[in-house]
Amino acid sequence: MRKIWKRGDFFIWFAGATLAISLIMVSALMAVIFYNGLRFFWPKDIVQFALQDGKTVLGQNWEREKIPGLDPASKSEKRRYRIKIKQANRDVYGADFVWMDEDRIASEERPGDAIVFERYEWGDFYGFIREVKGKGGRVAEGPDAGWPALQEALAEISAVLEDIRRLEKDDVGAVNYYMEQNRLQLKKLRLKGVESGPEVDALRGEAEKLRAEYDGKAASIQKLKDSLWGSVLVSTAGGEQKEIPVPQIARAYKPNGFGWFGKTGFFLAKVREFVFDDPRESNTEGGVFPAIFGTVMMVLLMSLFATPLGVLAAFYLREYAKQGAFVSLVRIAVNNLAGVPSIVFGVFGLGFFIYFIGGGIDRLFYSELLPTPTFGTGGIFWASLTLAFLTVPVVIVATEEGLAAVPRGMREASLALGATQFETMWRVVLPAVMPSILTGLILAMARAVGEVAPLMITGVVKLAPSLPLDGFWPFVHLERKFMHLGFHIYDVGFQSPNVDAARPMVFTTTLLLILIVLMLNFAAILLRTRLRKKLSFSGL
Amino acid sequence: MFETNKLKLFAPPMDNKMGLENAGDVSGPVKEEKRQEPLPSLAIEIKNLAFYYGANIALKNISMSILRNRITAFIGPSGCGKSTLLRCLNRMNDLVDEARMEGLVRVGGIDTNDPKLDISSLRKRVGMVFQKVNPFPKTIYENVAYGPRIHGMKSSPELDRTVERSLKDVALWDEVKDRLHESALRLSGGQQQRLCIARAIAVEPSVLLMDEPCSALDPIATAKIEELMVTLKKNYTIVIVTHNMQQAARVADFTGFLLLGELVEFGPTERIFTKPRKQKTEDYITGRFG
Repeated sequence: MRKIWKRGDFFIWFAGATLAISLIMVSALMAVIFYNGLRFFWPKDIVQFALQDGKTVLGQNWEREKIPGLDPASKSEKRRYRIKIKQANRDVYGADFVWMDEDRIASEERPGDAIVFERYEWGDFYGFIREVKGKGGRVAEGPDAGWPALQEALAEISAVLEDIRRLEKDDVGAVNYYMEQNRLQLKKLRLKGVESGPEVDALRGEAEKLRAEYDGKAASIQKLKDSLWGSVLVSTAGGEQKEIPVPQIARAYKPNGFGWFGKTGFFLAKVREFVFDDPRESNTEGGVFPAIFGTVMMVLLMSLFATPLGVLAAFYLREYAKQGAFVSLVRIAVNNLAGVPSIVFGVFGLGFFIYFIGGGIDRLFYSELLPTPTFGTGGIFWASLTLAFLTVPVVIVATEEGLAAVPRGMREASLALGATQFETMWRVVLPAVMPSILTGLILAMARAVGEVAPLMITGVVKLAPSLPLDGFWPFVHLERKFMHLGFHIYDVGFQSPNVDAARPMVFTTTLLLILIVLMLNFAAILLRTRLRKKLSFSGL
Repeated sequence: MFETNKLKLFAPPMDNKMGLENAGDVSGPVKEEKRQEPLPSLAIEIKNLAFYYGANIALKNISMSILRNRITAFIGPSGCGKSTLLRCLNRMNDLVDEARMEGLVRVGGIDTNDPKLDISSLRKRVGMVFQKVNPFPKTIYENVAYGPRIHGMKSSPELDRTVERSLKDVALWDEVKDRLHESALRLSGGQQQRLCIARAIAVEPSVLLMDEPCSALDPIATAKIEELMVTLKKNYTIVIVTHNMQQAARVADFTGFLLLGELVEFGPTERIFTKPRKQKTEDYITGRFG
């Protein structure tokens, strides 16, 4: 026994156990996120439940749980469970989800012609086709004939919808943009006191032209909208009928008819939609592309600000500053800065960056826009800068550690060759410390990607009308508000009007966020490994 | 160049494969190269040098003259100040906070303590090789080209020539010419130290300071470096600090013995080792203390 104690076996077991616990917890968390996140895209069968009382419910089985508060003495196993059914048809039933005790269910079947309609409004509709109506009235009747007719109509209509979307977003968007620029130029002139003259006339003329162009585009959009046609008469399992206009249908599919390939194809299509499309239905449907874009751009901007700042500060602290009590104090302060709650940085960003600096910029350069703020309100620039301040201590600490690890002999060799301290730093120390800088950057990015609190008051919004990067001069619009995956999780999970329907989005969005963190880190680690290989100190 | 040709015979197997067969090669041909030049002139002049680290006296009252194209060795026990003395010659002690130097050190006529002195140009004249082998984590080529680049050499043919010449001077060219653009850190310890010497002489200094250049090397690599020193003294004034008295006896023309910051004795190596005038010197070289 004493020998075991002396050899430190207990210590090894204990150390191994703690590591194992951490690993298990992390992998369990990842497993839960992966499972729930990916399951969301997998098509679920639609089940028709016949109840004891003769009613039928059509829906997907989402969850099964023990009925809380039941008599524990009860022997019957079946009595103890209930399932959560997504019955959809919010406009008919009032709620998407319903809890059903299992003992109320008499039988289940999976009707092959049950159809899921994903709609642009009111969420999903589960039901059966009664009739498909075209331009001139009924085209097809009954589920069997209706399905191909619906497919045909959807294909035609979705092409028109795509045209409308493009016109609205690109063409009208551009005209709107130029009209706004025109208005601002006029206002600028008026602020300068120029009320008339050739300049004003030219701008007015241009405004006329733009107005005419806008009217033309609006008219053609209206024409396209008027040309939309078709509707489907559907019935629920209970027999209620409902007419859905075809342009309202985003997608229609028969989950019970899917084979394995069909399911996989559907899964991939859903994943694609999630990653590349804009959100619908107050973020509970559709994709999260703007949030992905905003997150990545914000993190990259943050790195752009934080890295030079942190590296320069670390260089000064370690290389130039006279080491002593004051520098130690600064170092302690920097380390503590990393522990300040992030919301404090958010408040600082709001007060200092946005109101003070942003307000000043607005007064100086964007006076024609006032009282509408440009930089005097939250935006991706201020959010990135705030996060840069939040993460700069991490970069400083990592860089300083790297600097301390650069062998003294390397600096001396350079100095002894007649290089100045600056040349030594630039040509020898900086390349050698690059891997440490990247380590700092990785840590900083990991922290920044996950921050939500400071962003909420410095520029993140639930739904941003446009990306901070687009085709209009100057292409990068740093003053714009943006969407962020972390905030999206909070918004979807806790602010959504339809929490049950939105909950899977929490997992998928989390999964996406984690994947983005992984990808950003992986890129940085790859870079670091390459640098390390080039620079390895292990000479002897 | 004779040296290079000689080395070529056993050059191709590189790194650790350096066989024992060339170990005995060191003394033979090199000593023949040693030609006595008439009246070697003064390279370094030290007068009443005292050196302080804060309140601690590291060197006191040191005066000596170091001759051009000769190897001068400083020996003495640890902490006697021999490295400090060496570092006074190229002002490397500046890196130490609160270091202070008094007296006169003249290198090639330049007063190194002159406040107006451009230290960069002093260090260009006085190259240095360190105890701990310290190549930059760059390619072999970049290591050698570093100094010339710092001092403004830009054209790549010129740099190529300088790199080749420097590597040939340290007899490393044949071993590395096919992998100039590989990391210097892949060389063996002895090769790395020769690379460091090549790096130092690439800026064409007149004086080469070596601070225990062989203390981290095995005997074969040491022999090569010693051989190299003897070759290099044709063109350079070499000052070496060493722990190893045999090394001083083998390579140095002049030897100075330092003890507790004082120069106890200084003179031709042969005399120091055979007929030391001071009792302390004799005690040290015979191993009775230190």
